[in-house]
Amino acid sequence: MPKTERRNFLLDFEKPLCELEARLDQIRQLAAENQVDFSEEIAQLEARANKLRREIFSSLTPAQRLQLARHPRRPSTLDYIQAITDEWLELHGDRSGYDDPALVGGVARINGRPVVMMGHQKGRDTKDNVARNFGMAAPGGYRKAIRLMKHADHFGMPILSFIDTPGAWAGVEAEKLGQGEAIAYNLREMFSFDVPIICTVIGEGGSGGALGIGVADRLLMFEHSVYTVASPEACAAILWKDAKKSEQAAMALKITATDLKKLGLIDEILPEPASGAHSEPLEAAATLKQALWNNLEELSSMSPQKLKELRYSKFRQMGIFQQVT
Amino acid sequence: MSTLFDWFANLRKTEPAIQKQQEREIADGLWSKCQACGSLSYTKDLKANQLVCPDCGHHARVDSDERIAQLIDPNTWKAIATDIQPTDPLEFRDRKAYRDRLKDYQSKTGLTDAVVAGTGLLDGLPVALGVMDFRFMGGSMGSVVGERLCRLIEHATSEKLPVIIICASGGARMQEGMLSLMQMAKISGALHHHQANRLLYIPVLTHPTTGGVTASFAMLGDIILAEPKATIGFAGRRVIEQTLREKLPEGFQTSEYLLQHGFVDEIVPRTQLKKTLAQLISMHQPFHHLMSPLKMETVVEPEQ
Repeated sequence: MPKTERRNFLLDFEKPLCELEARLDQIRQLAAENQVDFSEEIAQLEARANKLRREIFSSLTPAQRLQLARHPRRPSTLDYIQAITDEWLELHGDRSGYDDPALVGGVARINGRPVVMMGHQKGRDTKDNVARNFGMAAPGGYRKAIRLMKHADHFGMPILSFIDTPGAWAGVEAEKLGQGEAIAYNLREMFSFDVPIICTVIGEGGSGGALGIGVADRLLMFEHSVYTVASPEACAAILWKDAKKSEQAAMALKITATDLKKLGLIDEILPEPASGAHSEPLEAAATLKQALWNNLEELSSMSPQKLKELRYSKFRQMGIFQQVT
Repeated sequence: MSTLFDWFANLRKTEPAIQKQQEREIADGLWSKCQACGSLSYTKDLKANQLVCPDCGHHARVDSDERIAQLIDPNTWKAIATDIQPTDPLEFRDRKAYRDRLKDYQSKTGLTDAVVAGTGLLDGLPVALGVMDFRFMGGSMGSVVGERLCRLIEHATSEKLPVIIICASGGARMQEGMLSLMQMAKISGALHHHQANRLLYIPVLTHPTTGGVTASFAMLGDIILAEPKATIGFAGRRVIEQTLREKLPEGFQTSEYLLQHGFVDEIVPRTQLKKTLAQLISMHQPFHHLMSPLKMETVVEPEQ
């Protein structure tokens, strides 16, 4: 991404780093124009920038990670699909009268192997976001997803799903068309498929709307993505009775990849480029592709029966309680 | 100096005294006031009518023990998964620590968590029954609710019993974070095995059934029943109103609304519930022994 554009989407905690980088650019330009050797100063500043970058990105608070997860330039489902597949054909419609632009899917080939891919799709700008409903899928989106998964199961193609949504669409129309039923149905049916399912949280994992395509044999999460039971804003409004306490809520809810790994809810954390996935989308895509492929190879060696057994027991052990005797 | 304002102030002071006396009569438990129509009924009569107002038909909230007494034949109830207790895995604290909240609700309700599960006879028919209790943190679903319902469903699968779950819940329990969200998937997985063995599952949706419960086991019934005028929905009414500024249609997110839109099979008044359940269960088991499971599934052994 060009630096000027990046400045437009600058997050608060990125600012010191960006200023330093701007200074570096100035010096480089000055050196070129005046033919003076500034290489020592440049090297020094570069080292400082690298150190700062490491410091900033290794000590992000949950609320800052949430900002990164929602970054308008963070790679989306379609960005990743285009970057990691040999070929890709989008398929449309829930076969009940609707094609949801907020949840996309289709058939693809990854390293020559046919798979079915799907995920929530946020927009790239305001106009696109309105068309995509900010990645909030309607009941028809979940029905399209399950239709594609059944297709995958029928033809023996693994399912790769990508989570990136603030939550399922909460509106009059969504309720009327059975948002709850649509998600519930997916949760149950995903336990029945004979093919491997790998789910990756690429950005924001918002509650039931995320889980609706998230029952999987492997659950992966990018380093700076988040997965929440309720958005920290909503949680703060309900539990603290104060929407401004969202930073506290983000901390308390344990929404980061590291926290969820500790709780035994996800399998693998995918490292992001030094300044986040949006700084080097292709690098992030390469990491994703490698991780998907490794997991796919491992899961493909298991019988369908074994896969389903393990999938159930994986979710079966989720939960922490006390056994009293 | 006495003014008109003093006169009003004095008047206000005298008012609460009258109200207090009325409240005490109700608190004594002899009489109960209907929350919908305000009419007073003799508490014994109301209980005999299963807490349905004889004047307006309003279905008042039923505690889990009362619900079990309404549905299960006397002396046949056997509770299961009573040996698990909630903990505070996230060390969660909002305006109050979750740990303390749990203690408060436990001592207030005498329950360990928001669901009671067990087996018993319903008009002589063996069933596995889960009853959510709204008094316990709004019936919210945390690890214990998920685990207890899973053990119930797995027990039903291995014993070939139909499952009935009386739903009453605000949804996921935020104090348990993502652990709570994952209970939705866990319970749905258990229901998948139950269904694959051609066993009947009937959720009964009571006021209120919302959020994560609606988006999982409440909507997965082979047959879905609801009590009259219960609030049933995925997103909260206030969320939809505030964030979207959409005007909500009349009767939105009620049992009647869901029936009209095809998401509920029938609305059954509480006084008819036991009879209706018995009727449905007996119709769905005559040829059971002649059928093979839908897919080759391993029989899930309940954890003991």
